[in-house]
Amino acid sequence: MSSSMQTGGQQPTTTTPVGLIAFAWTLVGVPLVYGLYQTIKTASSLFS
Amino acid sequence: MAVPSFLARERIVARPGFNRWLIPPAALAVHLCIGQVYATSVYKAALVADFQSSLKTIGYIFSLAIVMLGLSAALFGTWVDRNGPRAAMFVSACFWSAGFLVGSLGIATDQLWLLYLGYGVIGGIGLGIGYISPVSTLIKWFPDRPGLATGMAIMGFGGGALIASPLSRQLMGWYDPAYDGTAGTTPSGHAVSMLFLTLGLVYLVFMMFGAFIVRVPAEGWRPAGFDPASIKAKPLVTTDSVSAGNAIKTPQFWLLWIVLFCNVTAGIGILEQASPMIQDFFRDGDTSTVAATAAAGFVGLLSLFNMGGRFVWSSTSDFVGRKGIYMVYLGLGLVLYVLLATVGNSATWLFVVLAALIISFYGGGFATAPAYLRDLFGTYQVGAIHGRLLTAWSAAGVAGPLIVNGVLDAQGTPGELVSGDYKPALFIMVGVLAVGFIANLLIRPVASKWHEPKADPSLSTATSEGASR
Repeated sequence: MSSSMQTGGQQPTTTTPVGLIAFAWTLVGVPLVYGLYQTIKTASSLFS
Repeated sequence: MAVPSFLARERIVARPGFNRWLIPPAALAVHLCIGQVYATSVYKAALVADFQSSLKTIGYIFSLAIVMLGLSAALFGTWVDRNGPRAAMFVSACFWSAGFLVGSLGIATDQLWLLYLGYGVIGGIGLGIGYISPVSTLIKWFPDRPGLATGMAIMGFGGGALIASPLSRQLMGWYDPAYDGTAGTTPSGHAVSMLFLTLGLVYLVFMMFGAFIVRVPAEGWRPAGFDPASIKAKPLVTTDSVSAGNAIKTPQFWLLWIVLFCNVTAGIGILEQASPMIQDFFRDGDTSTVAATAAAGFVGLLSLFNMGGRFVWSSTSDFVGRKGIYMVYLGLGLVLYVLLATVGNSATWLFVVLAALIISFYGGGFATAPAYLRDLFGTYQVGAIHGRLLTAWSAAGVAGPLIVNGVLDAQGTPGELVSGDYKPALFIMVGVLAVGFIANLLIRPVASKWHEPKADPSLSTATSEGASR
């Protein structure tokens, strides 16, 4: 979801590169998925 | 205290067209790193062996870091609000990383005081500043969904431990080939020292990334389609502003302090004892029907619910209201605690479900607090107010373990306890939650005498400067 500005419109507009947003989310997402995977693996021993 | 111009708030005001979805990963980059503080148990035994010390002495390092978190968040909250998220994230990264580096030196040279100073004091300051650094920025970028926004960031704090625990085990295995991460093997002091060095450098890069992509919205910005009047229509939600100095003079701040203190104290009661608790609840004579590996799985499951609760319950609070969701955390939490004490030992699955829900409420309480503050006091100095509120966490970090350990010490010897021995501690927590529930019920809108004067539209420039002060 993109968000738009509703200001006075005096400043020049910008566009945030989609690649930068994807890179930023990947950078935080990959370690989080790694941590989730490892934790679920450990937690699964509770049910085995 | 002035900051270099490249860190200044004025340099990071977003231009029209900036996409606000770049802000949550910036916040997560910080919170995923500082959340490591919940993964200290991974190398605790190694430090005890290396320093020939006790669990208690090493445990003080973690307690010191949490106390410093609360103190620094309270002391530097106004500075964070004044100078903006980039300066705060930059400073937090420097302190957090330096804490690891000094700690690494302490382990390498067998000087415990350096570990206290590094990880406990210097790192603890980084923790406090880092914890509050993205909160007010997220609330300003997501005025339509503040609970979702702060839930995302504070979920990262829970997620930090999920990443740091397995990563630390892997890294220590590389630095000490004799350590394979299984029970019974302990990494060497050298491996922990190298782990600290590695984490310090990795966290520095990661947090700096967050610091350099974060932006603050321009004055008057609002998301497309968002009508501020819809916020004002909700009870307890203000569009006025209360300064941090005035907020702590209001009963609402102290009632919320009690609410957070009670919620955290009760949650810590389970978190602290999770692994031995599940084994003791299902003990038959000398042996437990729950194996040590399954108990470790239970701890992992609680971590998942702690993290998930931060996001799910905080996001839900955008729809049911902050007061309503805390009624659930404290009221339903109280009922769950009673069930845990009375029928928790009847089946393992029931024990696990009850404990997981309680921990999800514990996480939710942390994540919803900033949005509750924003509802009561406005966005003006919400970061600084949040910083002051976090002293409740520090106090609960001391009170929770004191209650549980004190009761269990009086009941018997660890390894011989049974479910009945936990009842006094669990019923004390029921009382604690009842106090929190009543405190939440008493929260009313903040009296207008505490509101900042309304800005004169003809003086909009001056007001804008004032707001950033």
